[in-house]
Parts: sequence; C-alpha cells; structure tokens
Amino acid sequence: MYQYNALDRQLINERVAQFRDQVRRWKAGELSDEEFRPLRLQNGLYIQRHAPMFRIAVPYGMLNAEQLRKMAHLARTYDRGYGHFTTRHNLQLNWPKIEDVPEMLAELATVDLHAIQTSGNCLRNITTDQFAGVAADEIIDPRPLAEIMRQWTTFHPEFAFLPRKFKIAISGTEEDRAVTWFHDIGLHLKQVDGQVGFTVIVGGGLGRTPIRGQIIRDFLPWQDILSYCEAVLRVYNRYGRRDNAYKARIKILVQALGIEAFREQVEAEWAHGKNGPMTITQAEYDRVAAHFAAPAYETLSAAELPQEKAFLRWVDRNTHAHKVPGYAAVTLSLKKHGIAPGDITAEQMEIVADLADRYSFGELRISHEQNIILADVKQADLYAVWQKASAAGLATPNIGLLTGMICCPGGDFCDLANAKSIPIATAIQARFDDLDYLFDIGEIDLNISGCMNACGHHHVGHIGVLGVDKNDAEFYQVTLGGRQGYEAKLGKVIGPSFSAEEMPDVVEKIIKVYLANRHEDERFIDTFDRIGLDPFKNLVYEGRAHGKAKSAAQENA
Amino acid sequence: MMAQLIKNGSLTVDTWNSLEIAEGESPETLSLPEGDLLFPLAVWLARKNEIIARYPRIGLLLQPADRVEDVAADLHYFQVIAVNFPKFVDGRGYSTAALLRQRYQFAGELRAVGDVLHDQLFFMRRVGFDAYALKDGKSVEAALASGFATFSQPYQGATDQPLPAFRRNA
Repeated sequence: MYQYNALDRQLINERVAQFRDQVRRWKAGELSDEEFRPLRLQNGLYIQRHAPMFRIAVPYGMLNAEQLRKMAHLARTYDRGYGHFTTRHNLQLNWPKIEDVPEMLAELATVDLHAIQTSGNCLRNITTDQFAGVAADEIIDPRPLAEIMRQWTTFHPEFAFLPRKFKIAISGTEEDRAVTWFHDIGLHLKQVDGQVGFTVIVGGGLGRTPIRGQIIRDFLPWQDILSYCEAVLRVYNRYGRRDNAYKARIKILVQALGIEAFREQVEAEWAHGKNGPMTITQAEYDRVAAHFAAPAYETLSAAELPQEKAFLRWVDRNTHAHKVPGYAAVTLSLKKHGIAPGDITAEQMEIVADLADRYSFGELRISHEQNIILADVKQADLYAVWQKASAAGLATPNIGLLTGMICCPGGDFCDLANAKSIPIATAIQARFDDLDYLFDIGEIDLNISGCMNACGHHHVGHIGVLGVDKNDAEFYQVTLGGRQGYEAKLGKVIGPSFSAEEMPDVVEKIIKVYLANRHEDERFIDTFDRIGLDPFKNLVYEGRAHGKAKSAAQENA
Repeated sequence: MMAQLIKNGSLTVDTWNSLEIAEGESPETLSLPEGDLLFPLAVWLARKNEIIARYPRIGLLLQPADRVEDVAADLHYFQVIAVNFPKFVDGRGYSTAALLRQRYQFAGELRAVGDVLHDQLFFMRRVGFDAYALKDGKSVEAALASGFATFSQPYQGATDQPLPAFRRNA
C-alpha cells in the first residue's frame, strides 16, 4: 500500500499543528463557536449527542496492521475501548474529549493517519472497492488513481468551502462494489482500445433526495481526471445552491440544469484546464502505482479445505475469489448478532492487526459494508484464520446475508437521527439467529438508516429501513428492490411506516413471501423483480387498515 | 470604517472605500463621491463611461454571485478588485479569484473583504489574493505570524504555484 514520503508526512504534521492552534484559539475565545465549527468538521470532529464524535480517515479503505493498532490504542486511551467503522471507510470514536483531539491527531500522524476532510462541506475521503487489486473480476486497479486523487483533494484551496459535502468513488470492476452511481462523482475505470480511462458519472446521491447519477462522459483518459474534476468542482462551487442546505448538493444543480447543459458548462470550463499542469504524468502514475505492486505471492495451487460444516459455511460466505491461485480474500464480519453493526473493540482491532501481520502481508481493508478484509490469505491458512477470528467474535458467517446488514449509528449516537437504528438491527439479528434458516434465505442486503441522510444506504438495500419521526415518535419506513452494483437502483416504499416493535415481524413476512415464491436458486432480489411489490405489500399489511380504509376507520371512531 | 488591510506581508493604510448602494438608490442614479472607490458591479456596468472619465483610480467590488465573465474585458481599468465574503463559509470567492488570476490574468491588487478570517488566509493566498481586509476584531499580528504559512508546500496546483507537487518534485 501507499507509503508516505517526506512531503506527505510534513503536511499531516503541519495539519496537527494547525488544529492544535485552532483548538487553543477557540478555548481562548479568539475563535467563536461558529468560526471553529467548519474547522473542526474538516478535522472530523463533531459535537454529538453524548460527546464529541471524531472521525478518522481510512483513504480508499486501506490500512496496515500498525495503523489499526494505533486506532486500538486511541480507542482505549481516549475513548471507551471501541470504535465504529462507517459506510465511508472511516473509523468513528464516539466519546473523545475535544481537548484530547490534537494529541490524538499527533498520535495518528506517527503512523501516517489523519482526520483530514472526513466531514464538512469539502472534498471527502475517496472510496473504492474493498477487493481492489486482488479481485478476480478486476479490470484496472483503482488504488493508484485513488491515491493521486487523495493528494489532489487534500487542502484544495479553491474547494474547501463548497455548498455541501462532496464524495467521490472509484470502481475498477464491471460489477462495481463502490456504489458509484450514488456519489457526487462516480468513476468507472475501463479499457477501450488499449487505453485506460474513466466513465464519469455525476450528480448521484442518496440522502433526502436520492438520485442515480448520470454519465457526463463515457470515456475520459486517466491522465485528465484531475483537471476534469476541477472543472466539475468549479462549476459546482460557483453555481451550486447555497440558500438551502437540503438543495445544495451537486445532484440538485445537475437536475436543475439537465445533464446536457451541465455537461456543456463543464466542458467549457475544462477547455481551459485540459492539458494543463494538473494532467497526470506517466512518471507520477508509475511512482504511485509501484506502492500497490503485488506482494510476494507464493506459487500455490488450490488448497484442500477441512470438511467441517461451520468452517465451510464461513468459507462460503466470508471469503471472496482472488486473482492469484491458492489465495482468498477474507471478510471479518463486524456483524455479530447483538453487536451494533460496524462496531469493533480495541482488543478485536489488535487481534485483526495480528491476523493481518501473520496471514495477509500486514495489510487490511475496510468495506463500505462496515467489515474488515484480509485481502491476501493463503487458502491453506483459512482454517487457522477462521479459528482465531471465531474466538474473537469476528467470524459470523453472514456476509451478504440478512444479518450482515449495513446500519448507521442512528439515534443512540447521532444528532441528526430521527430514530434509533441499532436496536432495530439487533432485534432483526435476534429473530434470524438460526444459521440454517439464514443460509436458506441466501443473499440479501438489508440496509438501515436512522434518518433520511441515509448513512445506512437504505435506498440501495434489497430491503431498506428508514427511521422517521412522526409526532415525536419513532417509526420505520420500508423499501424493497434497491440494489448496489452496476445495475444500482433505488428501492420502492411499500406503504405506511411501522413501529419499532413491528419491524422483526415485517422483515419476517417479507422473507416469507420470498420463500413462498422463489424459483430454485433464485435470489431475493430476482424474485422481487419477477413478482413485483404487491405480494410483499399484501402480506405485510394483511389485516392492517391503512390508507383510505384507515382514515375512514379513524373518522368512524 | 474600513477593516485592517494586510498587503505585501504587512499592515498598510488603506485609501479605498466601498461604495454602498443604499435603500432607495439605484446604480443609475446614486451620487458618486470623490476619492478612491470600490464600485459594485452593477454601478460599474451602468456607469462605466462616467466612472472612467471622472476617476483616476478605479476599484471594483464583487459579490459571491457576480460573474467575472461580465467584466472580463474591463479588467485593465481596475487598480483593485475586492471580492466580498459576506460569510466565510461561502466559498464562491475562491473561484472568482482563481478565474481572475488564472483565466483573465488580472494583475492588479486582488483583495478579500468581509468575513475574512485567519484560518482562510492560506487558501486565499493560494487562489490569488494578495490583500486581505481582516474581519474587525481579529488579530492582524496573529494572522501575519501564522495565517499564511500553514502548510509549507501544497499537493495541487493553484494560482500561486500552478505546478502540482508531482511536477515540482519530479
């Protein structure tokens, strides 16, 4: 993975000094709360429900063992001994003291970590595929370009005070595991006539106004990606709405102008920057790409695996095909039943760091599904990894299954949330704790968000759950049919919302409809596409008055 | 009262005044006082000829939504262009400055005015500002001591240093 050089290290050390001084001036009254706010946000520091919340960047999801040990140390020393991995490859700590954050940043800097631009109305952490560089289905490794883009976004002077946050995702596979259709800019690497470039998607996003992005350029040579993104950002910075935070994302501007007019503006802007100094050189690409060269793989053949049911189940769900024979990518599940999805203790972080050192070249990745990946495990070592991960509670075989759900921190931690999400997740996990049943249900994405900001990506879950507030009570709206990937689309709302207590029943009924209707080996999402929303709606709302019937009943009461 | 002006790395005496369009006045009819004035874009566009004839030195005051393109052909008239930041979190002025310097080669004084704070100075200098009217009550000494040198060298190109690190250090 990328190793910092003197310049990279100098910049994050200068950032620590800058933030230390900002905190000092804020405490001394030289900076008002309002003036300090965007400064602390651009350092990942929120003021939250219980305490500040501090968000550490994991650029495009890559970490080494030493960095994870440092995170464990911070969680133990400055927090309550655990952290939470988010859908944007960040680690959140929920209880630090503001006064400690400069020291925490200084500690992070010793292992080349930081919290730069993990929040605020600026260019955010760039995300990609957790299997980048090792996936059997990869076309181009997105990591060198993700790193080049990370550097370009860091302290960009023109785009530090944008109308709203700005998120970029890069995918190097046809399948697309980076939700690129739902980012401010989504990039698909591809090869056409021997030339590498990007399909550029713009104006996608989830949140209050979920919109699938549109292709603004079918093919952009890779060398032009920085100058082209500068053009997009400049148009957005100048013309994006600033009167209403809910309408300030680039997707609203793209919708207002229409993709054709937006494209014309970007192209006119780009004409000035094209072929300029921001054009990436082959030398720079080669320099950065050398950091992502393949590790010292051995020549192996496929290993014989012990025929133990629990282990094979885990292999089936929690390992992923590797491009090198004899290796596999392992997903350590942070979705153990009864634990908030994405949460990890300091002790578990240290165990994972040891596993990475021993079995995966000292590296690991964070997925947007809030799990940790050991990308380069020998198949012959899988059994040992499974045993150790099981002992640490990190081997729940539920990746891609109902209980391997994405879930935001919700109302238990987050100030923005309208409703709790973790108790919903744990109640559903408790209902579906029979592994045989879970395996029989098969692949299904359940995504839960505690508010319409959609940190839990509920819109793209096969089953999506959204917490809503109605007259100061918490309710849950259900969507079906959403999906990520190349064919990504938004789910459809099935009808009126439910109380928290109803949710496990609702999910169980949805599963029942699927099981009753599925063809052999048909996934939930395929059955849904075949039979449509109505059968689900009918069973879920059976015997329950809603819509006109409910209004009539209320009038008669 | 004009805020404290930092220029060329020190505090300077400022002779320019912003011309305000008061309620009930229009750009076409307001009276133009003597002295060095920063004219709002609307006044400049409405009374360009009169201003050129009357004033030996001319300044322009741009608001966040003002389009640089509208004065691209007039830039040689201005000694000073002031870009107003009514709120420091409104970042449009950064693109305005970048365009003035990079695209239209404006070579006069480019001044950030309004809600101009210590922690934005590094970015402002990078996009091309060379004068700063700090918000009232903010320490000029502190700004001069540390506001401009936050980072020793940037990654990406901008007005002050068009070459990104990968070209400078190649």
